[in-house]
Parts: sequence; C-alpha cells; structure tokens
Amino acid sequence: MRKTTTILLAAVVTATMAACGGSDTPANTTSSTGTDQPTTASLLVWADATRSPVIRQMAESFTKDTGIAVEVVERDYGKMRDDFISQAPTGQGPDILIGGGDWTGKFVQNGVVTPVELGDVADGFADVAIESVTYEGQVYGLPYALENVAMFRNPALAPDTPATMAEAIQTGQAAVSAGTAKYPFLIQIDPQGDPFHMYPIQMSFGAPVFGQDPAGGYNPAELAMCGDQGKAFAAYLAEMGQAGIFETTMTADIAKEAFVNGESPFVISGPWNTADYQTAIPDVAIDPIPSAGGLTASPFVGTQAFFISAKSQNQLAATQFVVNYLGSKDAQVELFKAGGRPPALTAAAEDAAVANDPSAAAFNAVAVDGVSTPNIPAMDAVWGDWANTEVAIIDGKGDPSALWDEACASIKTKIEEAS
Amino acid sequence: MTGQSLTEAPPRRRRESHATAWVRGFALKLILLCAVNALGLYGVIAAVAVKSWAIAAFLAVALAVVDVCYFSKRMIPAKYLIPGLLFLLVYQVFVILYTGYAAFTNYGDGHNSNKQDAIDAILGRGSERLPDSLSAPVSILERDGELYFLLPSDQAGQALLGSATTPLHLVDDAVFEGSQPTGLPGYTTLEARQILAQQSEIGNLAVPRSENPADGFVRTTDGMNAYTYVSTMAYDPTADTITAADGTIYSDNGQGNYASEAGERLEPGWKVTVGFSNFTSIITNKSLRGPFFGVLVWTFAYAILTVVIAFALGLSMALVLNHPTVKGRRILRALLILPYAFPAFLSAMVWQGLLNSKYGFINQVIFGGADIHWLESPWLARLSVLVVNVWMAYPYMFLVSTGAIQSMPPELEEAARVDGAGWMRVFWSVKLPLLLVSLAPLLISSFSMNFNNFNSIYLLTEGGPLENPTDMAGSTDILISFVYRLAFGGVNRQYGLACAISLLIFIIVAGISAYSYRKTKVLEEMN
Repeated sequence: MRKTTTILLAAVVTATMAACGGSDTPANTTSSTGTDQPTTASLLVWADATRSPVIRQMAESFTKDTGIAVEVVERDYGKMRDDFISQAPTGQGPDILIGGGDWTGKFVQNGVVTPVELGDVADGFADVAIESVTYEGQVYGLPYALENVAMFRNPALAPDTPATMAEAIQTGQAAVSAGTAKYPFLIQIDPQGDPFHMYPIQMSFGAPVFGQDPAGGYNPAELAMCGDQGKAFAAYLAEMGQAGIFETTMTADIAKEAFVNGESPFVISGPWNTADYQTAIPDVAIDPIPSAGGLTASPFVGTQAFFISAKSQNQLAATQFVVNYLGSKDAQVELFKAGGRPPALTAAAEDAAVANDPSAAAFNAVAVDGVSTPNIPAMDAVWGDWANTEVAIIDGKGDPSALWDEACASIKTKIEEAS
Repeated sequence: MTGQSLTEAPPRRRRESHATAWVRGFALKLILLCAVNALGLYGVIAAVAVKSWAIAAFLAVALAVVDVCYFSKRMIPAKYLIPGLLFLLVYQVFVILYTGYAAFTNYGDGHNSNKQDAIDAILGRGSERLPDSLSAPVSILERDGELYFLLPSDQAGQALLGSATTPLHLVDDAVFEGSQPTGLPGYTTLEARQILAQQSEIGNLAVPRSENPADGFVRTTDGMNAYTYVSTMAYDPTADTITAADGTIYSDNGQGNYASEAGERLEPGWKVTVGFSNFTSIITNKSLRGPFFGVLVWTFAYAILTVVIAFALGLSMALVLNHPTVKGRRILRALLILPYAFPAFLSAMVWQGLLNSKYGFINQVIFGGADIHWLESPWLARLSVLVVNVWMAYPYMFLVSTGAIQSMPPELEEAARVDGAGWMRVFWSVKLPLLLVSLAPLLISSFSMNFNNFNSIYLLTEGGPLENPTDMAGSTDILISFVYRLAFGGVNRQYGLACAISLLIFIIVAGISAYSYRKTKVLEEMN
C-alpha cells in the first residue's frame, strides 16, 4: 500500500518535471510545412572571440527583419576546421562558421560545406578573395577580410624604405654595429618552422609552391617550388642561417618583443600586430617586403570567410544572413574595426573608416602583389615537410639543395598517396 | 542511544528499503530520484525528437534499470554499483567499442560521413550556374500545397511561373510592383517569414526552364533571388551510378568512393568498413612500417626506464628518510613531494623553458652559456624527456614506498639482524620482496600509464626532433603521440588508422598488465 503510494507520487513528480523540462523540445524541431506557423528556426554560428561581437550586432537586425534567432558560439579558431569537419556530418555542427579561405579544399573534400551563390555581389569583392574561396569553379564562402604579411620598419633605426633585402640587412647590420639595435632583421621562424612568413622571400626567387592552371586554380600535380629557383632560395636560407640573420630559435613572441623594444629596424609581420607596434613606435612604417632573389616578394594573401554547412537545415536563412547581412558594406567595415584586417569587399575597403587608416592602406598595397594561399587539400601535404626542411637548412644540417630535393620527393609521395 | 534500540533497529531496516520507508531524508531521496527520472525522460524525448533511436533506447533501458534497482527492497549491492557501471558503459566500454569499430573503417578526410551525404555533396557541387543566364528577384507562391516561382519576363506585362513539375511559362494576369511580379490571382504569395518557415522545401525546389533538361533549372538559395543552373552530375538510383556531363560513368568502387573505370574518384567519399587493411598497412606501408617499430621499441624503453628509475629513486629516498637518525625528515619529505604537487602540464612547460638551448636556464646558468641542444638532438632529447618524466614520477614512488615501509612490522628486520644479516641482506632478502607484494600492482599501473604518457612527450618535444626533416615520426615519439600525429598532423586525417594503432596499444597494455598481475600472485604465494 505504502509502496504503491510512493511510486505513484514519484511518477507524478517525474511527469511534472519532465513536462516542464521537455516543453521547449518540440518547438525547437518544428520547421514543418504549415504556412501560417511562426518561424522558430534559429541559426548557430561558430566564430572566434574577436569577430563574435560584430556578428551578434549584425544578427540583431537580421532577427528583427526575419524573426530568426542567431546564436553565436565562440570557438578556438585553431581547432575550428577539424572540429567542424568531424561534427558537421552528425548534424550537430553550426549552420555558419568563419574560417580561412585556405580551408575550402578540405571542406569540399569532406563534403561539409555548400556552395554559396553570391549572385551579382561577387563582383564587389577583391579577385584574390573570391579566388581563395573558389574550388573547382564553385564559390563556397563569403570572404570578409584579407590578411597578408608586410614589413614593419622602425624609422628611428632605418629612415628609408630598403629596395632589396641585401640593403635592408646592410642597414640592420650597421645599426647593430652602431649599438642602436640588437638584431639586423627579424623574421619569426620557430623551431617548428614558419614557411608562411618566409614565403615572400621564397617568391622573390620565383619559386611558388604550386603551378597554376589557366583558370587560376592551383595544380597539385605541379610542385613549382621544386626547381632551380627553389634551390636558389634554399641556398639563400643556408647563407642567412650561417650569417646568423635567420634564427630558428626566433619565435613569434621573441620577434615581437624585440621589435617593440626597438631592438631591430625591421620585422616581417601581419595586421594582427599593427596595434601593438603602433603603440610602441608611433611612426612605424609598413613597407612591401624587399626582394632577396630579384623578383617581386609576393606574400600569401589569406582570406577570412563565412562558410555555410552542407548539413544545415536552414540553408535559405543562412544564405540570407551571410550574403545580405554579413556581406554588407557596414558589416565588413565593422569587422575591419574589430579585427584590423582589410575588408574583402571593395566598397568597404574604400569606405572612409578603412581608407583613412594608413596601415590598412599599406597592407592593401602589399596585398595587390600577393598570391592567394592555396586552398587545395594537397597543401596540407606541403606544410610539414616544407617547414621542417627550412629549419634544417637554416640550422645547417646538410646540403641545402639535397635537403630541398628530399622535401620535394616526400611531398610528392604524400600528395600521390592522398589522391 | 541505548543498547536496546540498537538491537531493535536492524530487523526494521531489513524489512523495508530506504526508498520506501518514511524515514528522515525520504523526501530528499524522492526528489533526487524524480530528478533522475525527469532528466532521463527528457533525454528520451529529446533523443526521439532528433530520431537518435540508439541513444533513446539506451536511456530508456538505463532508466528502467535504475528505477527497478532503487525501488526494490533487495539489490543493496546494485544500488552502489549501478551509477559506476553506467558511467563505465558510457565513458569506457562505448569508447573502446567505437574505437574498435572505427579501426575497421576508412574514416578520415574524404571519408567523413555516410553515402547519402556524399551523393548530396557530389550533386551539389555538380550544379553549375549558367553564365549570363537568368538571375532575378523571385516571388514564391503557393497553391494547394504546391510551391511556385514567379519571375519577371522580358515580355511587358507578363511574368514567368513554374513549379517542380511544370516548367516556366508565361502568365498574363500577374500583379506587379514596379517591374517585379509579386502575385497572381488564385495563388498565395509567401511572405519572408513564411518562406523561411519552409526553407528546406523552397531550397530544394528546382523549376525546369523548359521541357528540355539541357536548358537548366531555376533555384533560389536565399529565397529572394533565383538563378539558373545546369546539372553536370546526375545520379541514377537504380544503377547506383553518377554520370558526369561528359558521359563518364562513376560507380561505387566498394572502397567508399564513386570512381570511373579509369580510376578517377569523385570527392567526397563515404565511410565504409575496410576489414583489416588499417592493420596490414602498418606492416605493408613502408613509410609507416619503419617508424612504427622504432616508435614501439622507444615506447617500451621509455615506459620501463621511467618506472624502474623512478621506483629506484623513490624507494632509496624513502629508505633514507625513514631512518630515525636523519634530521628534518618532515621538511625533506614535504620538499620531495613538491614535483607531485605541481600540475604535470605546468612542470612540462617549465622544463621546456629551462631546456631551451639558447635562452634556457640550464644552458645559460648551469653550463655557463653552452650551446647544448637538449630538445633538438635525438639522443639528448630522449634523455631529457626521460629525466623530466622521472622527475615527475618519483614523488609518487617515494610516497607509496614510504607508506609500505612504515607498515612493515619492525620485528622482521630485528629478527633478520639477530640472525646476523647485514643491512644489504636485510633489504634484498626481507624488505624488497615484502615491498613488492604491495607495490607490484602499482608499478604495473604506473607502467601502463607511462606507456601512454602523451602529456609529458607532447608538451616537451611534440615527439620531435625529426632526425630527417621528412620523417613520419620524431625521436621521442611514443605510440600514442605517433597516433596523434597520424590522426591530426598529417596530410589527411586518418582516424581509421589511428584507431587501429590505438587498439594495438590497448591490446599490448592489457596483455602486459594481465601477465604481470599473474606474476604478482606468484609473489604473494611465495610469502
């Protein structure tokens, strides 16, 4: 008798609690056919901490116009690519995420993003931006910012823009021997290697990673860096390593601190450091990277973009939000203010808020000579060997051209195995 | 309490379960159980709503088991075991089974999801927007449950109407707002919110431009503008093939890809089981085989050396500090335990800084500015990770040895002394065998732990240095960090292969542990 009462009581309380807890579940899942039903769909966006506030701000007007809620979740940028690839197929991933244009190939290879129809808006973007989110002829993202490295110069130590790398190093060495500086030239390398920052120097020898097909896409079958130009660059690395100008113990942090403390006239770095450098050295100049091999020192131009998940149940809403709200001039200007990277939308780049910012203009000027960071999956085969080999060459661990050949052979094998 | 009430109490307890007795705390128990039930029911409802049948079934069964167990008068032991068992199922058994399953699949980049997703993705990529084709603002209409696109036409006063089944055709009586047709008598025009309410239907709607499929079809991706596309890929569900615009036929190659006869594969593929090929590739793949056995040997060396050295060090410290003549034993003991009190993450990072060849304390101060590559040259790096790991592990050995020594009856040592044994003899013949009885299981578990000690390797050297810049494994890579490199560091994420090696690690560790525990039993019988 007593037991029955207990169980009944338990059942009643349980039912009540379950009812309270469960009441919002069915509502969340409706997106059914009735025309008069209110919209209850909501968009989930993954973004990093810098961009989230701007996206939330744009989401407010989107929600007001359409009634669709937008939830922005802050994620660690470094892990987002792989997390998204493994989560998207389960249907648990976001509808929209921010990411690098160079992720495009990997996303398409895994079928996790959907093509974005930019319509006539596409013409409004910088060519290199659209190129970086294009894979096999289809556009998969809406670019919002460009990023590339340039050379920061401390005018107190080097009053003039050097024309060549040799000139820059001469100026630097003069400053070192005069006792006004500690390092002739700063470039972050790290014990793990940093081919991204080194790329403009490699390009000045005419050794791009991949050849390009006529349409402008990168061709994974043609490793263009594996020629005599590449070896000339390798020899240059060895020479600079021996001279102690390139150091593999030079991490990003050490380089930044040294430049901020006025210990070197030059550093190769990107817009993410502009604010700190300007605070430390108010008249810091941003120059194109001087050529070491005679040709133009083109940096990689990376793109930051919004992607839409192939498994999103809210394709229309996601496309509307991305193309019409985040692709708007206002949004791109706001994103520039938050992240400091020049906008990908030309109209936004020409906006007074951006155009009057000397650093953005300077980076844009360098970007014009840049090449887009390869977005093909084969690029993943390149990074590791490329970085390790540059480190080995700089540290003088063998004949530079033999090491370079080995790296090329290994990269070729990996690309062939993967395809 | 009197003795009388104590003797009365037990029979009452035996008669009624705590869950049903109206004793103090009953209300709390009821609420807790209700909360568990409510949570479980909510989980079941939520799982059913998203059609995750397996999770729903598991939750329902678990809930039933919990209820039966806690409402029952008997099953006292189960009441204590059930929560642990459930968590064991979710966090251990499921993970091991899933790893076991994934080890037999090609899960990884390019084989990321199921076949349907792959087909959708291939077809999605295979629709190309026609250059200079129709691109216009679209109005979406509805009649009798069917959706229509209404588009402006190049004929004045006329609009284009079409649905999934009827190709675009001119209609006369459309209502215009400026140049944009917005409505048609007999049809309801959907407003923005209504469009978004059925966005998946509208997003999937493809309206043919004419009876000829080669003219393409009209679609909208944002519910506002329509564009014309042509399909370059067509899926034939009966033959399970995909045909490209140039006539190439791609069929299921059994390895999770659509491939042409020439061997050209379409991306993405999907996840399929591949039998033992992940396991055999460890042997057959040259770039994997070399590093795998080297790494295996180093893993054993690393785990065994760590345990042996740390145990020897910890035990000798314990013996020394157990001697009554040593002064300040408490302070010394506290100091020795310090490395154990730091989080391992922090210790590893600090050591990494200390060992930095250019700026590190060890080279700068202790070796007077010498340029010793502690973490960059292969053998020194192995030595460094071993030293650091021993430094992190010995306080534990010291603690357990101290405990074991102190619990040892002093008569044993006295008896041995009386028999004329020296301290060496006492240690080797009396103390050590007795210590090993209680400490051997701890040494075994310590070995298993160090066999998979990812943190200390990854935080110090990330498995490096690479002897050759193009190597697949570094000098200090142990199996688990090698697996990490394979799964996350390489060209393609190879989760299947990584799971296969993880499974091998599991078998090795489980095998060694089982064997050693049997040996320990022998040790116990000896005494």
